[in-house]
Amino acid sequence: MSVAMPRAAGTPIHQHAADNLRFIRDTMARAGRFAAVPGWGGAAMGVTALVTAAFAGPPAQGTRWLAWWLADALVAVAVGSVAMARKARRLDSTLTTGASLQFARVFLPVVGAGAILTVAFVASGLTPRLPGCWLVTYGAAVAAAGALAVGPVARVGFVILAIGVAAFASPAAWGNIYMALGFGVTQIVGGVAIGRAHHG
Amino acid sequence: MARVSAARQPAARTERAAAPDRKRSTLALDRLIHERLRLGIVGALAAADRMTFSELKELLHTTDGNLSVHARKLEDAGYVLCEKSFEGRVPRTEYRLTPAGRRALDKYLAHMEAIIKAAKG
Repeated sequence: MSVAMPRAAGTPIHQHAADNLRFIRDTMARAGRFAAVPGWGGAAMGVTALVTAAFAGPPAQGTRWLAWWLADALVAVAVGSVAMARKARRLDSTLTTGASLQFARVFLPVVGAGAILTVAFVASGLTPRLPGCWLVTYGAAVAAAGALAVGPVARVGFVILAIGVAAFASPAAWGNIYMALGFGVTQIVGGVAIGRAHHG
Repeated sequence: MARVSAARQPAARTERAAAPDRKRSTLALDRLIHERLRLGIVGALAAADRMTFSELKELLHTTDGNLSVHARKLEDAGYVLCEKSFEGRVPRTEYRLTPAGRRALDKYLAHMEAIIKAAKG
């Protein structure tokens, strides 16, 4: 959008006013968006998820499978945090105010709910059903917070959420396939799209 | 039928008479905000709480020089606050909207809406 758009000669004054209001609304909408979404970092998180899916074995293995994925979650958090901080620095942006803070306020409670559900699932002997739980909660967090972010973040979230629903509807033994699809392939595709279009 | 057009004629005259009024009301606009780039700066800061120079530059698709000049005018008017700091060795300029700037934007928005409403009759 160009800002250098003076009023055209002969434009009715109310049209000019409407155009100004539209410009303010668009500017405000774009200004309120979280820009430091780590595209390449998200893709890297997807790669670690694919590696984990290859080595974790089926969810029925319980503790071993859980240990692999929890370790992957820690690696993903580290990769995502570093990538986000680096991108914010490159964009001369901040992660503790404005749109970044709004993004975190929406994203973190949903992820926190996923962590609580994880404990409840494991305690109830439902570890093999965790892929659906994790994909649905993470997908919901990304879809909700993505509404405040640039690029296709929300769409990536909805895809992961849908894969989570499919995981719940499928036999527990297929869990790793859905984990690879949701946390791996979807994050890689979405991450590359964001990285290319939104400066990293 | 003729009576209808006769009745409409004064209305048309009123409409014509109202036009200079509307023009005057536009002239009474806050010229400082009315300029497109400054309007963008104020609008962006109203939505994002605070933004850095680079963020504003990217958002408004403008040049360093242009943004500096217009941001300075808003700063001089007391509409925005500019904070300069260093992050490591990198200088960082951050802008915030002041209460006066927010009031000016609110007034400007109300003005625009009033113009549209008046045109709709």
